[in-house]
Amino acid sequence: MILELRGVHRTHGTGETAVHALRGVDIGVAPGELVAVMGPSGSGKSTLLNLAGGLDSPSQGAVLVEGEVLGDLNRKQLARMRRRHVGYVFQDLNLLASLTAVENAALPLELDGMAVRKARKLAEAALEEVGLADLARRFPDEMSGGQQQRVAIARALVGERRLVLADEPTGALDSTTGEAVLRLLRNRVDAGSAGVLVTHEARHAAWADRVVFLRDGVVVDTTSPVGEPEQLLEAKA
Amino acid sequence: MSIRHGLLALLERGPMYGYQLRAAFEESTGATWPLNIGQVYTTLSRLERDGLVRPLPENDGGQRPYQLTDLGRAEITVWFVTPISRTDRPRDELAIKLALALTTPGVDVRAVVQTQRTSTIQTLQELTRLKNRSDKPSDLSWRLILDAMVFQAEAEVRWLDHCEASLLRHQPSALTPTPAPEGADTDDRTEANR
Repeated sequence: MILELRGVHRTHGTGETAVHALRGVDIGVAPGELVAVMGPSGSGKSTLLNLAGGLDSPSQGAVLVEGEVLGDLNRKQLARMRRRHVGYVFQDLNLLASLTAVENAALPLELDGMAVRKARKLAEAALEEVGLADLARRFPDEMSGGQQQRVAIARALVGERRLVLADEPTGALDSTTGEAVLRLLRNRVDAGSAGVLVTHEARHAAWADRVVFLRDGVVVDTTSPVGEPEQLLEAKA
Repeated sequence: MSIRHGLLALLERGPMYGYQLRAAFEESTGATWPLNIGQVYTTLSRLERDGLVRPLPENDGGQRPYQLTDLGRAEITVWFVTPISRTDRPRDELAIKLALALTTPGVDVRAVVQTQRTSTIQTLQELTRLKNRSDKPSDLSWRLILDAMVFQAEAEVRWLDHCEASLLRHQPSALTPTPAPEGADTDDRTEANR
């Protein structure tokens, strides 16, 4: 398993005003597996994603990435784990306007202390993976919404990210551009990463191997895995 | 949509006999609508009766091709320019089922909604997989048919989400099952409602 949530609870606040965002969630995501999380607003989807990415910590239970319990890591180790192993794609792209596409994509690696030249080379490979090799020197405001979203995805995939977390990654893109974004995510997962996709659109969730339904912080249902029998056996192991 | 209009549209390409029509129909619809040869011949004889097609002499292989008549060509032109009316479609069993679930004692409406949603999303997953198997331009018509099913299934899920939200807002009591008659076994229902 690349990602495991074991009996995870997350409560915001205390006493009578406490909000139980997650209440005993168990989810595992294996290499090559894309899991979609669906549920109404306030069901705990984003909390789940933040916990999976080490941006928040559980009130109870454990989150494991690549077998390491995130709660056992100190701040420095956690930050390194996030930069090296976890890629995030958010609806709000957070691209830096003063950096070119390749500089944006290389940013997580450079922040991690990697030599600039090496980081840029890996960023170029990531941009090629998302079909933007020709636009590497453009600034975000010189690109379309779909192209900017692909830069954000390249930044999430750059290097050897084994866990990709996406929160409504297709945002306001039109249906065919949105589909292209999902295809990129799917391809990376098929190449061996694990992915979690939070979405309220069933058509997008359908790209996942498994769809988990959250309601009031509890998993209320899960679709059975689709795919080859071998994959089903692996997922259960 | 009827097989009748499907066959007329195919004959617009030129004369064809039964097996050719069946193969062309399945190719156009990506085998999402399998036809048996009996349906093809029954439809052809009705089209002939109505003056929309005419049989040609048998070929050397003993097969009889059919050709569009002017009346048939006019019929297919009208079909292409006329929007399909939603009210002509069969009644929606799911909508009726949910409406009845709301008023039938002992039915956990929320569980009905969730079970349907899971099933519909599973269908969506299968359709998406099927669609992604090929991106050859020659498969475009097939992919568009799959897309139609994808969007319809998505609409159903959105409608189910809407039903659930409406239940919460307007009828909180509908979320807890109406007490079952005395002595009835309610364990399963209670479990599903958790």
